[in-house]
Amino acid sequence: MAEVEQGCELFSAGHRACGGCGPALAARLLLKATGKNVIIASATGCMEVFSTPYPETAWGVPWIHSLFENVAAVASGIEASLKRQGRSEKVVCIGGDGATFDIGVLCISGAFERGHDITYICYDNEAYMNTGIQRSGATPYGASTTTSPPGACAPGGNPLPKKDMPAILAAHGAPYVATASIAYPNDFVQKVERAINTPGPCYIQVHTPCCTGWGFESGETLAMAKLAIDTGLWVNYEMVDGKVVKAKKVRRKPVEEYLAKQKRFRHLFKPARRDDVIANIQAIADANAERFGIDIKRKESSE
Amino acid sequence: MLEFMEGSHAVAEIVKRCRPQVIAAYPITPQTHIVEDLAQMVANCEIDAEYITVESEFSALSACLGASAAGSRVYSATTSQGLALMFEVCFNAAGMRQPIVMSITNRSLGAPLSIWNDQQDSISLRDSGWLQFYAEDNQEAADLHMIAYKVCEDHDILLPAFVCFDGFILSHTYEPVDLPSQEEVDAYLPAFTPYQRLDAASPLSFGMYATPEYYTEFRYEIDQALYRAKDAFVKAGREFGEQFGRDYSALVEGYRLEDADTALVAMGSICGTAKDAIDEMRDAGKKVGLLKIRTYRPFPGPEIADALSGVSTVAVLDKNISLGGGGAVGTEVKAALYGSGAAVYDYIIALGGRDVRKRDVAAVVDLAEKGKGDMFYGLRTEVL
Repeated sequence: MAEVEQGCELFSAGHRACGGCGPALAARLLLKATGKNVIIASATGCMEVFSTPYPETAWGVPWIHSLFENVAAVASGIEASLKRQGRSEKVVCIGGDGATFDIGVLCISGAFERGHDITYICYDNEAYMNTGIQRSGATPYGASTTTSPPGACAPGGNPLPKKDMPAILAAHGAPYVATASIAYPNDFVQKVERAINTPGPCYIQVHTPCCTGWGFESGETLAMAKLAIDTGLWVNYEMVDGKVVKAKKVRRKPVEEYLAKQKRFRHLFKPARRDDVIANIQAIADANAERFGIDIKRKESSE
Repeated sequence: MLEFMEGSHAVAEIVKRCRPQVIAAYPITPQTHIVEDLAQMVANCEIDAEYITVESEFSALSACLGASAAGSRVYSATTSQGLALMFEVCFNAAGMRQPIVMSITNRSLGAPLSIWNDQQDSISLRDSGWLQFYAEDNQEAADLHMIAYKVCEDHDILLPAFVCFDGFILSHTYEPVDLPSQEEVDAYLPAFTPYQRLDAASPLSFGMYATPEYYTEFRYEIDQALYRAKDAFVKAGREFGEQFGRDYSALVEGYRLEDADTALVAMGSICGTAKDAIDEMRDAGKKVGLLKIRTYRPFPGPEIADALSGVSTVAVLDKNISLGGGGAVGTEVKAALYGSGAAVYDYIIALGGRDVRKRDVAAVVDLAEKGKGDMFYGLRTEVL
């Protein structure tokens, strides 16, 4: 944040995002972390579309969009070009969860394996929102989307668990991998600062609730992000050289508190309660808590 | 000084002297010798470039696009399935006006799988906005790379280009080639000065989306730039001739066309065979000539009509097939000659590496003069 003056926004207001858009807030926080000395490469997706309808742009830093699935390869070329020219800009990719978990995996894998000095930010709103809320590899188990709708033969909605992208990228040898949430802006900004200042390919997956796609009031975006953490369905953690070094601890609430507030999980409560599916989702949260050790026990702080 | 060398090596040597700053390529037969040579040159510090060993052709061209947008001269090479995998990036790179130069060692497309030569790959990208230049021999293949960089990087053009030369027939064949020295190449091709680049000192947004109010005008401007590339190519080709003695100022080049009744039209290495066949037919008293197309995009329609104005019969040798629609070059030659009165016939020939001999060229001329055409030539009906 060093280069950003108080009140100066590198991601301008006036873009076309929905009111209460989680990804728009992530973009704004991201540029507070990077400052001006950055080049952003963006995948096709909500953020690209709402921020750059020609001839308007919300980006006060150099920005490029090529295709949906090639952002990591485009960034590889940018990084090589800057290196050859002896330039100092940081290279940051932005992709939604569809671009990152699904269609762009080949390019991301190649870029991380080659070790380019780039930071990849995945803004994870857990479905293809730009095309109208279809299931992606990041869609959580039990969620309803337009391509994982609940029905007589599929009462639970999405039958598949969320892909573990951070682990996949850590397995590539990424020196720094982290998850973050717009519910904790300072934490996200600090993680971005750490990533862009760590040589090599780094990955941050930031949870960005989508009021339109998830079905909640636009004023509830940050509350929803915080509830995901408070229930253990989203865990904020850092991995350095492949090992989890830090995870945010919480006094966990039952997952039902999170599920009941979103239309994408409404089928679990109406017309009949699906206690089996809710129990499975609770088991996912319990497994997260076990894996990352996030449950606060007595006389323990929350970090 | 003439040196005897493989086509791929000649191209790699000339690419080196064009001083690309970023090279990204993925291996595919028969392109590999070029990129292996360049990788070795980078390893030997003979060339001051970043070589990105990408995981696919799709990423090769994507990386070139990013590197070009960031202000570097870039290079890639591919063929066949690799070019097909780049399809989406090809349209994107042209639309984003990045002056990328890419060698295409022309090869057929599957199925059935075939590693051998025809020109289906690059011709299938004819609508992408890339300039397409075709070489007859290894000397021309090397020279066209220098011309391509000059035309592409012209701030009035700003388009990418394929430099096409036939896989194996040229890429793996040894011929005498005169390679300009580094100093001579530097004198012809100045250092890259990007029109715009990604730069924190001057932030710009690249690759924004366009609503219906703007999309048509973007496409119009790309189309206009392709047509302007005709003059830019003529100028760059003439300058090349003045400096090196080999003149490439013609988009199409006639061979023994004066007084010809019948003209062959072709692109690439088949032109060499056709010229030898024409010499023999001329010796036998036949008034036959050849029109070689050097720039398939922009398509030199008026130039073809002008060059063939005195010809009554035209036979187009198409090393491609627009399945269900005839040969791609023939279709466009027919459009260019519409109303000229010439009878124009198309021959699908030399697909998937099938050899074309002088007697095949003579047989095509005979067929055209008998009014038989718009057909596959030399079809082996016994295996159908």
